[in-house]
Amino acid sequence: MLSCKDVTQLISESMDHSLPLGKRIGVRLHLLMCKFCLRYERQLLLIRETVRRFVATEEKPGGAPGETLSEEARERIRKFLRNPQTALDKGCGRPTEEAGAAGD
Amino acid sequence: MVKPANHDPSDWVDRYGDYLFRYAMLRLRDRFAAEDLVQETFLAAFKDRGSFSGGSSEATWLVGILKHKIADHFRHQAREAPLEDNDLRDQPDSSPFDGSGHWAKGPTDWGGNPEDLYREQKFLDQLAKCLSGLSPNHAKAFTLREIEGADTGEICKILNVSETNLWVILHRARMQLRRCLETHWFNRSTEEGA
Repeated sequence: MLSCKDVTQLISESMDHSLPLGKRIGVRLHLLMCKFCLRYERQLLLIRETVRRFVATEEKPGGAPGETLSEEARERIRKFLRNPQTALDKGCGRPTEEAGAAGD
Repeated sequence: MVKPANHDPSDWVDRYGDYLFRYAMLRLRDRFAAEDLVQETFLAAFKDRGSFSGGSSEATWLVGILKHKIADHFRHQAREAPLEDNDLRDQPDSSPFDGSGHWAKGPTDWGGNPEDLYREQKFLDQLAKCLSGLSPNHAKAFTLREIEGADTGEICKILNVSETNLWVILHRARMQLRRCLETHWFNRSTEEGA
């Protein structure tokens, strides 16, 4: 007989691969009798669905506004794209020692 | 006059910089690393711009490069900080189960009709916070699986773990994330009092 602890592990696994038939049946039978595990499964699926929907809306250029590159990074990348060959020759890392960087 | 196959790289940062940055931030939750990967993406795109066929949009092409950079970043981190025993072991003090494997405290009813959660910025902020609270390996596995949508075989290679261990990691990650959201979002009104 599967415990709730076993069932939560199997619910998660079923989101990553298809369970062998015996386990699948064990989980379904358990869920018929256990409202907590049933709730647990629904909540994991809700989290998955919410993340997917959000990712789908987010991933369009010019889509949802949100965080932006810092001015510093923007300028650094711009500089590189204006003069790529020099940047490639020098290596295009973040400056290791920033002039005027103050401690806290 | 023949149009060039792709846009002028000098306006890439204005056209795609923020878009790529948000894409990276969603997966890394680390501003510094995200900015670096965006920069590396433009660098690689510039070197490889001859290979852009124009078959897909420029944005799709750039995101494809960024995806690889993100996977490399995770792969590198996994080498630096390999899996720990704690990533797989039960955390006795935080287990929601009693000794016989029954719920000691079951999930609470989240109520209502939370289908539109993905539009609620505050919920998404909380989700990001909860993800940051996971152990790094748990957070990475969850990110690759649920945000990036990678299949488990691919994730095993990136994180250098067996499939069985990955299932355990994902289980732990989901369980902790669920509980964090329950505490800080779904039950927040009772928590804050009124």
